[in-house]
Amino acid sequence: MKTIYETSVAGREGCWPCEGMAEEAYIPKELLRDGDIGLPSASELDVVRHFTRLSQRNYGVDGNFYPLGSCTMKYNPKFTEVVAAMPGFTRLHPVLPQLQGAGGLCQGALEVMFETENLLSEITGMAAYTLHPMAGAHGELTGVMLMAAYHKDRGNKKTKIIVPDSAHGTNPASAAIAGYDVITVESVDGIVSPDALAEVLDDDVAGMMMTCPNTLGLFERNLPTIVKMLRKVDALLYYDGANLNAIMGKMRVGDVGFDIVHWNLHKTMATPHGGGGPGSGPVGVSEKLVPFLPISRVAKQEDGRFFLDYNYPKSIGYVAPFYGNFGVYLKAYAYMLRLGGLGLTRASENAVLAANYMRKRLSTHFEIPFNRICMHEFVASASAQAKKGVRALDFAKGLLDKGHHAPTIYFPLIVPEALMIEPTETENKETLDQFIDDLIELAELVDTNPAALTSAPVTLPVTRLDETKAARSMELTDDL
Amino acid sequence: MPYVPHTEDEVREMLAVIGVDSVEDLFAEITEDMRPQSFDLPEGLSEMEVLSKLEAMAAKNTINSVSFLGAGFYDHYIPAAVDALTMRGEFYTAYTPYQPEASQGTLQAIFEYQTGVTRLLGMEYANASVYDGGTALYEALMMAVRKTKRRKVIVSEALNPIYRVMLDSYTSNLDIEFVTVPHKDGLTDIPGLKAALDTDTAALLVQNPNFFGSINDFTELFAAAKAVKAVSIISSYPVLQTLLKTPGAMGADIAVAEGQSLGLPLSFGGPYLGIMTCNKEMIRQMPGRIVGRTEDSEGRTGYVLTLQAREQHIRRQKATSNICSNQSLCALRALVHMCALGELGLKRAARISVERAHICAERLTAIPGVKMLTKGAFGNEFAVILPVNAYEVIAKLTERGFVPGFPLGRYFDGLENGLLVACTEKTSEEQIGIFAEMLRGALK
Repeated sequence: MKTIYETSVAGREGCWPCEGMAEEAYIPKELLRDGDIGLPSASELDVVRHFTRLSQRNYGVDGNFYPLGSCTMKYNPKFTEVVAAMPGFTRLHPVLPQLQGAGGLCQGALEVMFETENLLSEITGMAAYTLHPMAGAHGELTGVMLMAAYHKDRGNKKTKIIVPDSAHGTNPASAAIAGYDVITVESVDGIVSPDALAEVLDDDVAGMMMTCPNTLGLFERNLPTIVKMLRKVDALLYYDGANLNAIMGKMRVGDVGFDIVHWNLHKTMATPHGGGGPGSGPVGVSEKLVPFLPISRVAKQEDGRFFLDYNYPKSIGYVAPFYGNFGVYLKAYAYMLRLGGLGLTRASENAVLAANYMRKRLSTHFEIPFNRICMHEFVASASAQAKKGVRALDFAKGLLDKGHHAPTIYFPLIVPEALMIEPTETENKETLDQFIDDLIELAELVDTNPAALTSAPVTLPVTRLDETKAARSMELTDDL
Repeated sequence: MPYVPHTEDEVREMLAVIGVDSVEDLFAEITEDMRPQSFDLPEGLSEMEVLSKLEAMAAKNTINSVSFLGAGFYDHYIPAAVDALTMRGEFYTAYTPYQPEASQGTLQAIFEYQTGVTRLLGMEYANASVYDGGTALYEALMMAVRKTKRRKVIVSEALNPIYRVMLDSYTSNLDIEFVTVPHKDGLTDIPGLKAALDTDTAALLVQNPNFFGSINDFTELFAAAKAVKAVSIISSYPVLQTLLKTPGAMGADIAVAEGQSLGLPLSFGGPYLGIMTCNKEMIRQMPGRIVGRTEDSEGRTGYVLTLQAREQHIRRQKATSNICSNQSLCALRALVHMCALGELGLKRAARISVERAHICAERLTAIPGVKMLTKGAFGNEFAVILPVNAYEVIAKLTERGFVPGFPLGRYFDGLENGLLVACTEKTSEEQIGIFAEMLRGALK
């Protein structure tokens, strides 16, 4: 399909905000750019057709089952979009509450922030939250910065952060970017074992980053012991909230001893992922870390009015220009109000139910390395099929042909030929069964017609793409 | 239960397949000592009830006031096509394009976005992942530190102070030394910046137009940075960039921008978009998602995520950044916005904004005691010095539904009387007239 630049016709006009055009009399010529920019010249209909066609070359949750492990691609209800589009929210300039007298102009928005923080605190059992981090990975970085501030304040000299080998790649990256050495602890039987932890734990450890359930879909049974071990060396425990969808109402991370937690609100609280963001990554902390939270913080006066409080001398400062991705957490807030406590619990229960149902049914045709009760996702392996020349990647492509998005196949790194499947609670049983039947049918092709898999997909706008060529030729923009 | 389709019969069937008696059995590993000590949440509401609650909260925000607030975040007109196209479920409810064959829409859109912003800024390459203009600046700085293996960073004080405080936070645990070169009455001190450059310098950070609105040509300064092998980083304002000499033409190594003004509503601070572009030498240091053009097995053109070896999901702690997927939809909005307005429309928006700001400056400085702070050329934003503290004026006018601008005293000692005023194509001449009269009245 041609790019919008290739279809551009010089002189064709789109829409512009208003008539009338000032001369560039206000800026001296030597400060102006030369020549055209090279942006498209297209009619509005040209633009509408182009992007409509582009959209049709995409899989989204509204059209396809998306069992992408660790990504929690559940259905995003539509009414939250109505909320996020209310002019009372979209038209607010973020500097307003920082101006004397203008805080009164945005009490509703400040209330949303205050109430959202309260709900997140109650769901996770944390003392306080910041909504500033703009994505899960940004929440991780904020969390690690909080660890650093805590230790610095106590005069602790700590240089290391422990990360399990099953962790998302963002964990070690966040720890390293904040200036720490990353120490990997290897999983034993799919989870962190106290013995393995003891081998790497010492006084230099600032903290440990955990995901629970982890990326194998397994619950970290040893949590209470792990918490005790970390406390002994004054190391903090960080909870990666990517998999929070499994445990709402079943466990609160604050109650079991985590000091810091981030949410991926776009996952657990069902705001659309937008083809790769924007997300929202609020961070909650236990009491001892509250003084270090980013500024500003929203607070409530005795008269019920909300204001921004900057008076936190130990704060790590600013991780965002304002208060995070307001438009995103606004949707999450509306979603939490809609579901309530019971609805959130049911969401987790049904996500776990669906995952176990799929695991059990697929275990007849695929190796399941840790084939026990899982949480909201599980990892199957195509290693047996790979010996016959059909890899996890081929199953992924075969599933695309069947109209499903593929599971996660690029990690966890500790399972060869991984197919990490997360059905979520919003998919009906027919969809789950269809996917299972289709995947089993593909597995049966391994012996009869493997080429049907290795040459998939054939039903999509393109067949398999040459990634090596893309990296080599580095064609990253249209030529002018 | 909302959004959970399973009937009781289906739940029973599924439990039977799994081989357990109840849903609670699935959570047996969460032992009693790990169960919640509280889960005191409100009862769920109907969709109608939630909407009416949120409508009431939205109504507590005043949006019919007239605002001259900018400070890097501007209220530009967004064509209706932007919402209509980017809200399509196929874009909106998709994930990061890990399966390129099923994500050609998102991938081609990112490729077109990369093309658009590199042309706008006159640079060679772009990514589509960064949260906002401030984090883009921080990521640019880290690119320079990695590339040069140096630790000194020279920053112009005329760079948006909101970004400067973010840089301080992000680097507080890292071995980086900032040398801040003060502004000179609102001007970027180019000779001062030049004098600060040396062979220990990793990066030079400037902004155009600077925070006070004044427009510069940094060509010579960037050449001086190049001479000591320091990386030149410029933060710019994309709408005005349709008119101004580009970062590329000035010789910048990395150009970043806040993309909010390209089709994203102000929305109380986010989501916004960090535009990040660089020249050829810097591409392997660039964080985040980058899309490349390639072919499929039948020779057809297609798009994939590329240069992924820099990324956290492969390199883990050795990655260029922890940035994962992000801001893709915001990038799509910026692209559709640029296409819907087109080359001409975007330029017109910029020109009219500039014109309105000049009219506004003229009207305000006609008031006794009000003087321009911004010297020389400026675009759609400028700073004035009032005869009184700007906060007082803001408080007075805000009461009457007018937000006159940003108080410079918030970040700059000695500029307590300074007011930063922004106009866009949405600012009418009538509003400017009323603003001038109200300010005149407030200063009497």
